[in-house]
Amino acid sequence: MPWNLNTDRPIYLQLVDIISFRIISGIYSAGTKLPSVRDLASEASVNPNTMQKALAELESTGLIFANRTSGRFVTEDNSLIRDAKRKLAKEYSEEIITKLRELGLSNEEIKATIADILDN
Amino acid sequence: MTPLLECKALTKKYGNTLALNNINLTLERGRIIGLLGPNASGKTTLIKLINGLLTPTGGEVLINGQKPGPESKLAIAYLPDTTFLCEWMNVEQLIDYYKDFYNNFDSQKAYDMLARLNIGKKMKLKAMSKGTKEKVQLILTMSRKADLYCLDEPIGGVDPASRDYILETIINNYNPEGSILISTHLISDIEKVLDEIVLIQGGNLYMHKTVDEIREEKGMSIDGLFREVFRC
Repeated sequence: MPWNLNTDRPIYLQLVDIISFRIISGIYSAGTKLPSVRDLASEASVNPNTMQKALAELESTGLIFANRTSGRFVTEDNSLIRDAKRKLAKEYSEEIITKLRELGLSNEEIKATIADILDN
Repeated sequence: MTPLLECKALTKKYGNTLALNNINLTLERGRIIGLLGPNASGKTTLIKLINGLLTPTGGEVLINGQKPGPESKLAIAYLPDTTFLCEWMNVEQLIDYYKDFYNNFDSQKAYDMLARLNIGKKMKLKAMSKGTKEKVQLILTMSRKADLYCLDEPIGGVDPASRDYILETIINNYNPEGSILISTHLISDIEKVLDEIVLIQGGNLYMHKTVDEIREEKGMSIDGLFREVFRC
């Protein structure tokens, strides 16, 4: 997955989102070691300082933790990952619903539209 | 620790023309800094003062706490905005030349980067296109182990794919002790790798901030900010 970054939002926040997404979707699975700051920065084509800041932010949420001698790891606490997943799913759903409301759909119509897609 | 670079009330006049007016600026270590400003804002003058190629009309510039001199020239790897190498030399000769000049030059690193960009050892400078010359000069500069890399318009003539490689090189070369000062107009190409920007206008310091601070406060990219501030 390429790192699609916008330049009009703080880069470190976007990095936090992308790495969280990778953890939630299992690309970086629970308990595994993350690539080094330098490797991640190089992969994302961003400044290592910015990547460092993003990782520090993720550490404060508990999704990753640092081991002083051996690098950073994804949390082993699956409930934390599940919470993050629920939160993200809610955000995505809200985005879709906002757009559908802008189109003028009622709650019933929104439910029907989504149910229709799910059934097919 | 003494700051990497300090400008104190730095002023430069060319005759009656004021090129830099009372610049106070401190740059820290381990940062990638964009030096931005419209044409004729004083970017190259500032870089030349830092490198000791011009003497200030007023104020002073200190590198590692010292005025420009032989020590600062070893500490700074400077890429000028013009061709400065002997046209008749080939790549191998240029590398030997740099090795003779600077004891902090890493030939192996230069050869590795040249190979990645498919530039042959025996190629003569005068046979190279503008973009290839720029790449060679940048590689020579980045292959030194310096405290401060001063790059004046480093990627203007370079194609987008090579530009990506060069930015990658800059990121991979990053070391916590050294900083990179890049002057450029190609803001959207480099803004993802910047830590902070120094914005100058008409010889005055307009802004010195971290890029994420700007994005947070203004909700716009650095490129967008530049276009808004300097709208013609």
